[in-house]
Amino acid sequence: MNSREITTQISKAADFLNLKKWDYGASFSNDYSVQVDKGEAKQLKASQKQILTLRVWNESNLVGITTTSDISVSGIKKALNQANIASDFGNKNEITEFSPLAKVPIEIKDAKKRNPVGIKKLLTILREAEIKLLESHESIKSVPYNGLSESFYERVYANSDGAFRSYTKSQAALYLYARAEERNKKPRSSGSVKLGYGVEDIDIESCIKDASNKTISHLNYSSIKTDKYLICFSPESFLTIINAFSSMFNARSILDGVSLSNKNSIGEKLSTEALNIYDDGLHEKNISSSPFDGEGTPTKRLCLIDKGRIKNFIHSESTARIFKTNPTGHAGLGSKVSVSPDWIVVEKSKENSDLKSSLEHSTYEGEFVYIEELNAIHAGVRASQGSFSLPFDGWLYKNGKKISIESATVAGDIKYLLKNIVNIESSQEVTTSGISPHIWVDELSITGDA
Amino acid sequence: MLSSQIKSNEIDFGSCNKDLLEEIIFYGIGLGADFVEIFIENTDNSSVLAEEDFITSVSPSFGKGAGIRIFKGKKDGFVSTNDLTKHGLMRSVSQAIEMLDITDNKREVFSGLNKHRDYSLSKKKWINEVPSIHEISEKLLVSTKSLKRNNKIITRKGSYSRNLQEVIIASSDGTYVSDIRLHQTVGLNLIASDAQYRSSGSRRFGSSGMPNEFRLWDHEKAANDVFESSMNMLYADYVDAGQMPVVLANKFGGVIFHEACGHLLETTQIERGTTPFENKLNEKIAHESVTAIDEGISEGSFGSLSVDDEGMEPEKSVLIKDGILKKFISDRAGELRTGHKRTGSGRRQNYSFAAASRMRNTYIAKGEHSKEDLINSISDGLYCKSMGGGSVGATGQFNFAVEEGYLIKNGKLTSPVKGATLIGEAKEVMPKISMCGNDLELAPGFCGSISGSVNVTVGQPHIKVDSITVGGR
Repeated sequence: MNSREITTQISKAADFLNLKKWDYGASFSNDYSVQVDKGEAKQLKASQKQILTLRVWNESNLVGITTTSDISVSGIKKALNQANIASDFGNKNEITEFSPLAKVPIEIKDAKKRNPVGIKKLLTILREAEIKLLESHESIKSVPYNGLSESFYERVYANSDGAFRSYTKSQAALYLYARAEERNKKPRSSGSVKLGYGVEDIDIESCIKDASNKTISHLNYSSIKTDKYLICFSPESFLTIINAFSSMFNARSILDGVSLSNKNSIGEKLSTEALNIYDDGLHEKNISSSPFDGEGTPTKRLCLIDKGRIKNFIHSESTARIFKTNPTGHAGLGSKVSVSPDWIVVEKSKENSDLKSSLEHSTYEGEFVYIEELNAIHAGVRASQGSFSLPFDGWLYKNGKKISIESATVAGDIKYLLKNIVNIESSQEVTTSGISPHIWVDELSITGDA
Repeated sequence: MLSSQIKSNEIDFGSCNKDLLEEIIFYGIGLGADFVEIFIENTDNSSVLAEEDFITSVSPSFGKGAGIRIFKGKKDGFVSTNDLTKHGLMRSVSQAIEMLDITDNKREVFSGLNKHRDYSLSKKKWINEVPSIHEISEKLLVSTKSLKRNNKIITRKGSYSRNLQEVIIASSDGTYVSDIRLHQTVGLNLIASDAQYRSSGSRRFGSSGMPNEFRLWDHEKAANDVFESSMNMLYADYVDAGQMPVVLANKFGGVIFHEACGHLLETTQIERGTTPFENKLNEKIAHESVTAIDEGISEGSFGSLSVDDEGMEPEKSVLIKDGILKKFISDRAGELRTGHKRTGSGRRQNYSFAAASRMRNTYIAKGEHSKEDLINSISDGLYCKSMGGGSVGATGQFNFAVEEGYLIKNGKLTSPVKGATLIGEAKEVMPKISMCGNDLELAPGFCGSISGSVNVTVGQPHIKVDSITVGGR
């Protein structure tokens, strides 16, 4: 069944069950991926997936939900029945409705959808990439984590009020994670990830070069003394931190009591006036962009921090109603509708006179720690408390020299971190999770072995 | 209900599927595969969330799918699909064969499937024995209510999830197995707040194959535990970073062995060349006080299984005996590519993942010391009463968050501290586990890795690590 036929089947089955109000979100995908090991194919994968999430409203306007991969006529009937039963337990204290924006016209572009290249081509490309990476430096002995994949998918939202949205996309990803070994030294690893709409859009040479350069740059390492340091966050690592604490801007988290913000935090000063942060799911560089969210609300650019102050929260339909505003296109369909950011864009505002502009990562000659990548986010972030303690890959810059840090963690508090931003570099970089310049923060604790 | 729609030429969980499965395997072998494996599942899951004094989410889900794996030499092709018709399964076999680009004329022999080993016979009644949504909701609400003990508690949550998975596994070595797996988990968590101070506490309990277990769960004891923990930590200072001896509590303290060492003993790590223990079989890799076990047979434990996802009964594997490395955790691909015999550890989250060597119930065996012996032996260190999550990097570096920690001064527990992270490398830390307590206990958890998220148990008695890096402020 295609998405129109599924909508018709759901409508028929709902009529039969006397269910007047329903909506659904569905995803259909075909994915292909390859992994290699020293020139040989290791695992080749293909998958065909379909997932349907159905919500129904009962006579008391309470919502029940069911998720299934069985999108047959009988599967749809069973899902509606289960959702109907679950609606007896619907949340009486927070009523869910259709998004008021679910039928607003939106322009859906699918011009960037690519055609599959096929497993054999994926394998050939990845084999060549692995060989080039292994040949790039004598210390690179293996590429233990590698993969090239392409995915083709359709996402759908429809409801009993006549809303119907659908879009199709393609996406490809290449990751190369190299391992270098030298005598009497610990093995060192680093890697690179590149995304594209299709394999032909991925800059493979750049991925190989980045993985090689990063790995080699960590070959000469040293432990670091436990102390407080001036820190320069790479664009990727700063975005990791912002995403980890995005509950500060999340209306769902605020209502659930797990955010550092509260309903009255709009306007609260968090950082230097030089800091602007947006969520921009439709940004042209966002390969994974979606024109609408799980409730059918159009995706849009939203300012989260304007000149250092909280400007907006991200919302679903129900949180927006409670906050007396409009949904922002950040909902995920579920029994309890989730809210999450799409693609973070960090930039320097025009009010930047208080920044120490001499702090430029490529030219600064004083001592500082450069954090290239933060690890183990799920273990080291306490979003509800604002604290973090995270292992990282990076370098200590001292006396004009740069040396990789053997093993260390950076610890602190997100509000302290934001308040202690001392420079936002001018040049932004595109990463897989957003866009940001390098960000400098004073006085963060580093724990090392020394 | 665990019964799928009956169609001609489609896998039916209520019937014998032998002829259809044999036909599909013959088809794959006829096209040149060395080995064909079919994994089919039918799931019936539900979850319930209570927040404060209300049920805020009830989420049932069901589904079905198949994973087809074809080996040719040491490489394999894996295809997953939701289409369980004969046509759909054969198309998946063809796709896997095509991916592997099989061109030689060599043909393996498939002599048909063996006698059906049906582990599900006594388990079909489970679906009728598990608690109803009504029953779950009532108990969760009582639990969250019992967390409401003072005005510092700002968030109270109770959650329950039940996963019922019916599987059929058939492969060209004759394996033909059916099973039903039941996993239930229940968790409580809260956030406490007072002015600028915040703390959180959480506990999770889990079982496998015990439909009545949720009814037996002592929610009052769990609430006491999580409340006490969060109150102790509310005004705690941040720990000072540095190198120090630590005592890790039993139960979930075992996550350190799971992450730091257990993963490095999976054959997938040998295949990748990312374990320092690859060539250390029968060599000393840990302190002589350490014996470590991985098994899938403890009744009711979260990581237990009647049969693994490749159709092999799980064994009890002594990984480390008195500090000596004795065994790796292996699956079919691991045996093929590394030579280490399968241990009944081929596991996957669901049909969309190929099985891989994964831990089950993994723990350090008990020693002879009391908890007090361990703490008394330290003049200046850290007691990690409750551990959070952790991870291990590609070069064996690990880190763990300490959820509830106390300073040890002159052999006594003193003030609570927060923000601690344990950092190290397995190769360096394992020889430093110098004392094991006599109070082994297990705790459930979820482990995410190459074949998805699987249910596991971690465990240990109280253990002492002579020196480890503690990250803090």
